[in-house]
This record gives sequence, C-alpha cells and structure tokens, in this order.
Amino acid sequence: MNIIIPIIIVAAIGLIAGVGLSIASIVMAVPVDEKVTEIRGCLPGANCGACGYSGCDGYAAALASGEAANGLCSPGGAKCAADVAAVLGEEVGEFKRRAAVVHCDGTCDKTEKLYDYRGIQTCAGVSLMFGGDGKCSYGCIGLGDCVKACQYGAISICNGVAVINTKRCAACSECVAACPKGLIRIVYGDKVADVSCSNKDKGAAAKKACKNACIGCMRCVKACESGAVTVSNNLATVDSEKCTGCGKCFEVCPSKCIRMIDLKALQEA
Amino acid sequence: MAAIITIFIAAILTDNFVLSKFLGICPFLGVSKKLNTAVGMSAAVIFVMLLATAVTYPIQVHILDVYDLGYLQTIVFILVIAALVQLVEIVLKKYIPSLYKSLGIYLPLITTNCAVLGVTLLNFTKTVDGRGLTYIEALVNSLGAGLGFMLAMVIFAGVRSRVEQSDAPEALKGLPITLIAASIVSVGFLGFAGLGA
Repeated sequence: MNIIIPIIIVAAIGLIAGVGLSIASIVMAVPVDEKVTEIRGCLPGANCGACGYSGCDGYAAALASGEAANGLCSPGGAKCAADVAAVLGEEVGEFKRRAAVVHCDGTCDKTEKLYDYRGIQTCAGVSLMFGGDGKCSYGCIGLGDCVKACQYGAISICNGVAVINTKRCAACSECVAACPKGLIRIVYGDKVADVSCSNKDKGAAAKKACKNACIGCMRCVKACESGAVTVSNNLATVDSEKCTGCGKCFEVCPSKCIRMIDLKALQEA
Repeated sequence: MAAIITIFIAAILTDNFVLSKFLGICPFLGVSKKLNTAVGMSAAVIFVMLLATAVTYPIQVHILDVYDLGYLQTIVFILVIAALVQLVEIVLKKYIPSLYKSLGIYLPLITTNCAVLGVTLLNFTKTVDGRGLTYIEALVNSLGAGLGFMLAMVIFAGVRSRVEQSDAPEALKGLPITLIAASIVSVGFLGFAGLGA
C-alpha cells in the first residue's frame, strides 16, 4: 500500500499542473496573426537567413506586419514570392533572381602554385600563409571551405577553382561567409555580366600571376552603356543593379575575365 | 539577520553555482558570447530560481515531508518547475509582451536547467547555525545563487570577448580555449573559499 500514496501525489501534482496549463493557455491565449501562419506555409522553411531575418518564422512575421519587402526569399524563388503576394493581397513585385558567384577563374593551367602547402587542408588554413599558396594572392585556394558550407551541394572544385552550380544555388550566402579570400558575392538579375577575377594588382603583375586576370584596361567601362561597370584598384566590377545583361563588356574584354550569367535560363531549366 | 547576510554572500561568492558548484555550465558556455544576452539569460535565471524556490519549498515541507516521500523530491521538483515556467511564459506573453520578448528565448531554455533544479534541492541540504533553512532564508539563498550566476556570466562574457580576439594556437581555437579560460576564472573564485569560515 506504500506505493499508492506517492503515485497519487505525483499524479495529482501532474494533473493540477497539466490542467492549470491548459486552462491558462486558453484563457490567456494571445491571438496569433493568421497571415503569419499562412505566409510561413508559403516559405520553403530552409531557415537559411538569406532574407536577412532570423529564419522563415522571422521573415513571415516581418512580411505580415509590412516591415519586410516581398521577394527576399532566394530558395523560394519567384513562385514563393507570388504565393506570399497572394496571401498579402498585393501585386507581385519584381522578383530578382540571385545566385552566388566565385570571382576567380584561376584554373590550374592559368596560374601556378607559389609553394607546396602541407598544413591543415582548409582554405582558412592556407590563407594564413602569405595569403594562400597560389601565385595570385587574391585568388581561389581551392580546398573547398565553401563546398563544406553549402547546404545545397551547389559548389564543387573544378580544376583548382570553386565553381557554383547556379541551378542549385539558393543564394543563402553561407559560402560568402566561408570564403577566407572574400571571393564569393551574390549577383542578381535575370541575366548579368560578372567579373571572374579579384586581383587588385597592376595589369602586368596580375597577368604574371594568372593568365585569366583582370588587368584593369577600362575597355569594359567604355563599352558599357548603362554605367554598370567600374574599375577601381585595377579591377573591374559589375553592379548587378545597373547591369542590363547586354554582353558588350563580355565581348570587348581582352583577358576574357568577364562572363555572362543567365540566371533566368539556368534557374528555370 | 546575520544568518541571512551570511547565506546571501555565501551563495554569490563562496558557493557560486557556476564556478564553485559547476552547475549550469551549459548556459554559462552557450550564452556568454555577448554581454547583453548573458545579462538577459541571468535575469531569467534569477527570476525562475526565486519562483521555483517559492513553490517547491512549501511542497517539500507540507506534502513530501508529511508523507515521508523525500525520494520523490527530484521528479516532483522537475515537474513543478517545468509547469511553472510554462505558466510564467503564458502569463508574460499575455500581460508583459516586452518582458516576454527580452526573456522569451531564455525562459524555455532554463526550464529544466540544472542550476535551477540544483538551487531548489540544495536549499534542503544547506545548513546555517546547525539547522536547515527557513522559507525566507531559502528565498535569499536562491536570490544569491541567481546573482552569483549573473556575476559569473558577466565576468565570463568579458573574458570571452578578450579570448575571441586573442591569438590562440590553432588547435585550441574555439571551445578548448574557452574551457581553459573558464577553468582559470573558476580558480579565481577559489579565493573566496575562506570567506565563509
């Protein structure tokens, strides 16, 4: 009989706590905005943080309260933006496709190694030694810190350089943070030009380090009609915001370090 | 009165929950990266410790001791504290949303924190002048334990911000150097050991 009293006491305490909590949760229920739940249903739930909020829940709450702009969700893409717009009862705004791009094309045949690195096999490790083991101290190290960071399996190392599969890329920016050389940036638009080099040395020195290097010759700047290309520190950069994707800079580049990225064709295929 | 002051000081310094008793190490290492989150977490811990003691002490004295069920202490206390924290969360969400937002993430985290459970259990093993703690003394002990937790968190948040910027050897970067720093801070608190005697 000794066992009965403890069982009754624990059960009673549990019951009181349980019933009390259920009553409290009904009596003191805070009305949750139904919109938030609905919008949350439209979002992919990857919690990648590409939108700049703490996760899909945070973005849904910000959307419902009108703080956030629609179309910031990269993994969800245009479909997600349209769904959210339907819930919010708004017009579908312009959705900008995004993808991460590696700003280096220093493949093994175009550049050389400076020394034989045998330490910890991470980009972060190599970059501590003279900025990397490549002749070009700005370039891709190729040990794949970004590959490990990518949740979508979109990055691979091809011929010593990280290459991002635009089709799979959700533009979550994990790789951007992982690259110790800061080579990865997010480009956006339907079709954009992008400079695949980050070397800030003068033309001759850059060319010596890598045959694919940007020499800062300004020809792309002159060719661009929308003022999207600028050269600073001997390096051309394309502003995705202004780029129309006409491809004129791509045609005139003597080093062939500008590439055209057709985000629309790649991501819809 | 003297007993209360002794209990209070002892709970903060000599018997510091984190650095002398090694309870609540998880939040101590997990939430001490930034000073403001460390303070937020500590505030939640102080609050819950006080509340938990306020409820568990009468349960022990008026229910468990009466039926001689001391062995149910742990499970009953966990049950009560967990339910209590949930209730507090619901109440805060309804009536003080601003406090809920600032404590919100930390409250569920410390529901079954060992420091919170520890303080409620240790209230009954601690003695002062050869007798157990009274209700008021137990509350003071909990308040002291919570403040001691806050002290440890704040000190360690400061230490940690220095450690993060220091040039630690590659193999020790991250958690290892943090644990080493924590042990050194803990050794520092051994200096208070003679205070109670």
